[in-house]
Amino acid sequence: MKELRVTPIRNGTVIDHIPAGMALKVLKILGIGDGVSSTVTVAMHVPSQAMGWKDIVKVEDRELGAREIDKIALIAPTASVNVIRNYNVAEKRRVALPDRALGILRCGNPNCISNTREPVESEFLVRTKTPLRVVCKYCDRELEDIPAHIL
Amino acid sequence: MSDFRGRDILSIRDLSRTDIETVLKASRRMVPHALGKKVSRSLEGKILATLFFEPSTRTRLSFESAMTRLGGRTLGFAGAEGTSVAKGETLADTIRMVEAYSDGIVLRHPQEGAARLAAEFSEKPVINAGDGAGQHPTQTLLDLFTIWDERGGIEGQHVALVGDLKYGRTVHSLAYALADLGATLAFVSPPTLEMPREILEHVKERGLSFKTAHRLEDVIREADVLYVTRIQKERFPDPQEYEKVAGSYRVDGDLLRESKRDLIIMHPLPRTTEIAPEVDRTKHAVYFKQAFNGVPVRMALLDLILGGAG
Repeated sequence: MKELRVTPIRNGTVIDHIPAGMALKVLKILGIGDGVSSTVTVAMHVPSQAMGWKDIVKVEDRELGAREIDKIALIAPTASVNVIRNYNVAEKRRVALPDRALGILRCGNPNCISNTREPVESEFLVRTKTPLRVVCKYCDRELEDIPAHIL
Repeated sequence: MSDFRGRDILSIRDLSRTDIETVLKASRRMVPHALGKKVSRSLEGKILATLFFEPSTRTRLSFESAMTRLGGRTLGFAGAEGTSVAKGETLADTIRMVEAYSDGIVLRHPQEGAARLAAEFSEKPVINAGDGAGQHPTQTLLDLFTIWDERGGIEGQHVALVGDLKYGRTVHSLAYALADLGATLAFVSPPTLEMPREILEHVKERGLSFKTAHRLEDVIREADVLYVTRIQKERFPDPQEYEKVAGSYRVDGDLLRESKRDLIIMHPLPRTTEIAPEVDRTKHAVYFKQAFNGVPVRMALLDLILGGAG
């Protein structure tokens, strides 16, 4: 019998095909820390036919918003997001990097106007997707260390 | 012909080669007007707001001179003290207010990206007059105009950019534009202040050859244009090291003995010691002319944008 390391969930979201080692960053994006009310399951370094090794995150009783999925795309462009309702996969979505990252990254340039209290959202233009390179729409600077600047 | 009417000028990279050529030709037509030998009323009744959140005497005065020469008027401030900004108003709100009082806005601001933000909140055209360490497109245009006018063109000219190439924003925008216009570039700087990699990559992508050097002597013989910038003291932890480095990028009579006879020397000014005063008297020196060129170039741009002549 195949051993089930992670049990199915009734309602919630399964984020699969996360590049190995990125699961904890996904948790950070989802704001999963101390004050969590539902069960969260994390599987790291799981064998995967397609990827060799992968991470999986399961969050019960929660469906993700479009912005959260965009943020995941920044660090785990291969991930798939499955919405589970009553033990069934109700929706299956591959994360997709948008051409513009709106309101999900903070500019690394402390002197950029987008880091002040002006009434605008940060906006980055995706220059290349592999490797991911983004440029601030306002100050024109390329963002280094993208994961560290996710809002 | 490219249409400039109502357009924002935020970065030199927003302008195509055709756009730049349009501005250069229009600038040449403006020279007699800028000298006061001809009179124009083409912007009569128009108001230009000049918002200088940090002082920049040369840029502000040349914009005001340009607008006045075309029969228009300016309003604005130089320094944020005493304005609503000092009370904590956002730039977005300042722009929405000023937009209602004017036909176009010239903005100088200490933060990068300020002009792009301003343009988002203004229906009226915004001209970036410098945003922090970011863009300063009208400086680039007047530099290009100076080379084009003095040398009769830009393509194929050997242009050596000298000094602080790492932090100097004018040399970054200028290098992009010169590469797009087909100049042959040389980058001369101390090893610690070299041109950023992305700009070198851009030049390479254009299929142009360029040269990097650490000594002026290595480029002086072939240069048609020497574009000299200031090396700032604060870039060096050790003042003695600064003195040594700065001294080795000094343009003087000795160096010019090696140069082409029709070499031109440019500098965005203000200068400190990087060009010896003895050079001022030679025909190589065009930096004061270059400063004057700020007026016809800004006249041309204002006329194209506010007058719709383009």
